[in-house]
Amino acid sequence: MGTALSTEVIARVEDVTKTYIMGGDALNALQNVNIDFHAGDFVSIMGPSGCGKSTLMNLLGCLDRPTSGRYLLGGHDISKMDDDSLSAIRGAQLGFIFQSYNLIQQLSVVENIEVPLYYQGRAEDESRAIAIDLATRVGLGSRLYHKPFELSGGQQQRVGIARALANDPLVILADEPTGNLDSKSGDEILKFFHELNEQGKTLIMVTHSDEIAAQSFRVIRLRDGRIESDVRR
Amino acid sequence: MSAVRLSSSGGPSVGSSFTFLRLKRTVRVGVKSLWMHRLRSLLTVLGIVFGVCSVIAMLAIGEGTSYAVQEQIRKLGSSSIIIRSVKPPEAEKPSQQQRNWSIAYGITYADIEIIKKTIPGVTVVVPARIIRQAVWNHAKSVNADIYGTVAWYPEMRNHPVERGRFFSQDEVDRTINVCTLGHETAAALFPVDDPVGLNVKVGANYYRVIGVMEAGGTGGESIPGQSSAAPKASLHKMYIPISAAKSRFGETLMKRTSGAMESETVELHEAVIQVHNQQEVKETGEIVEEILARNHKKKDYEVFVPLRLLEQAEKSKQMFNLVLGAIAAISLIVGGIGIMNIMLASVTERTREIGIRRALGAKKKDIIVQFLIETVILSGLGGILGVILGVLIPFFITYFSDMKTIVTLWSPIIAFSISALVGIVFGIYPALRAANMDPVEALRHE
Ligand SMILES: Nc1ncnc2c1ncn2[C@@H]1O[C@H](COP(=O)(O)OP(=O)(O)OP(=O)(O)O)[C@@H](O)[C@H]1O
Ligand SMILES: [Mg+2]
Repeated sequence: MGTALSTEVIARVEDVTKTYIMGGDALNALQNVNIDFHAGDFVSIMGPSGCGKSTLMNLLGCLDRPTSGRYLLGGHDISKMDDDSLSAIRGAQLGFIFQSYNLIQQLSVVENIEVPLYYQGRAEDESRAIAIDLATRVGLGSRLYHKPFELSGGQQQRVGIARALANDPLVILADEPTGNLDSKSGDEILKFFHELNEQGKTLIMVTHSDEIAAQSFRVIRLRDGRIESDVRR
Repeated sequence: MSAVRLSSSGGPSVGSSFTFLRLKRTVRVGVKSLWMHRLRSLLTVLGIVFGVCSVIAMLAIGEGTSYAVQEQIRKLGSSSIIIRSVKPPEAEKPSQQQRNWSIAYGITYADIEIIKKTIPGVTVVVPARIIRQAVWNHAKSVNADIYGTVAWYPEMRNHPVERGRFFSQDEVDRTINVCTLGHETAAALFPVDDPVGLNVKVGANYYRVIGVMEAGGTGGESIPGQSSAAPKASLHKMYIPISAAKSRFGETLMKRTSGAMESETVELHEAVIQVHNQQEVKETGEIVEEILARNHKKKDYEVFVPLRLLEQAEKSKQMFNLVLGAIAAISLIVGGIGIMNIMLASVTERTREIGIRRALGAKKKDIIVQFLIETVILSGLGGILGVILGVLIPFFITYFSDMKTIVTLWSPIIAFSISALVGIVFGIYPALRAANMDPVEALRHE
């Protein structure tokens, strides 16, 4: 496997299985999955609908715990952590970008970007400065105090990116970030991703589009909860 | 094993302390969320508003009424005992055939003498006879209660003279025909002139008016909470020396009722016994009652101890407050349930927001605080609105209906604190429900 970027493992999925019990039937959304993610990498996760991509992203994002196996992030064993520590890790080390943007409707652009900073206990004026800076960087300098419903999808997703960057996270997780966008807005988002990657951020992105996946360095394909292929370009 | 990088920032424990500034920001976020649903927030809060407002208003009315009652009792004198003659019940209905009949009943001068002798602490006894008769000023007349009484009556009954003066001991001793008119009597008989120095006529006798009493005052049936068998007291009153009353009207009162002549002999209609030490009032009252019971075959007298009435009034006020408290508690609980209901709906509606916040680093505690603060803001707001309304309503009641109301300082404070408490109590469950949502599920929620 190519190790051109870095040998430093930032996140390690070790023999992870995630089982959902529904109506008495057990369903393995992930089955004995092993992946190492390297610092500064740009990874795409692909696969047909229901193959377990989102399940994997939730584990990587410390929103969920594996049924069996281990998940290490930045040296911490996530599978053994309590709820508060998971929250703290999410807030401090991870940035989330969602397909449906997931902005808080009653808050303005800057206020949305400030949310992760708030939960990190950062001072108000400091948070405001960071939020304005980030909003400007994603091209929303003239929309600082607009509410999400006053923005286009592409603009909302840019707010999402700015918010994911607020705490200067180790890893950015994006589950179908361009899924709701037209190709032009999608390209804009991708441009930001490249920029971030160049700045050294680790990006893990779920996508259905081969075209978009082709822009990343490594493509992992899942099928029925197992890794089908793992290709580095 | 490959190298595993540890986090660069100072670990995951930064955001755990709740400073005042953080609280302020949480409050601001709460206000924003509530403001987004202004109408709903307002409707939610109405239960608390009405709860708090009705508590304060009802307490104010209760306080005002009991104040009026107490004031009335206090006027009778808290260190006095009032004894009155009452027509015994068996004497009230004479047989049909008996057309002319006469009875003697009531308190006698002898009773007063015995009381004076038996109880050393008693200083003053104000005997009074009450005769109901027409008082004339030329062509004008009113039916007045004529009080035959002593010179110190005004001080005794806390009923001061408005104009002129009350009669003196000397005038009592010399049986002089002078009188002091009640305020209403003077107004009715002398609408234009100052009555002082003029004469009024009762029966065949003239009385020189020497003074006019202030409006109000007590006498007859105005003792609250008690009923006397004597005829209802007249609004109009006139005061003459007791000696004059005795000599002009005698001990016997003749009344003509539907063809029958009835004559009643009553020596004294009313007497006030003043006790030196207020602590002894109740005991002395009992002794007086005993003395009268020993000397009267029938129960043709009444003993009132205003202090006892005052205590009864106090007790019934406490009872009233207790009932109010229960009503208040119920209405606030209903208000609280209303708030809880809406907060539960709000939690469900904002499931996605909760998921987002959890993903962005919010701990369960943060979510609890956020929702709890919203509930407390709601109920606190309801409390404030309730206090404002609750203070305004008694004000308008007094303004438009002359009914006395008193808003005590503690009632808004208590009502408001309870409403805030209700907010916390009923906010806990929705807040816990929000905090215990699974972040993944919450994020998937539509
Ligand atoms: N909470 C859950 N309870 C039960 N089954 C679940 C749950 N979440 C996911 N699954 C099941 O796990 C499997 C993987 O789901 P997942 O959401 O990871 O798919 P996905 O690859 O993200 O699909 P898509 O491309 O449609 O988003 C699916 O069969 C799904 O039905
Ligand atoms: Mg998915």
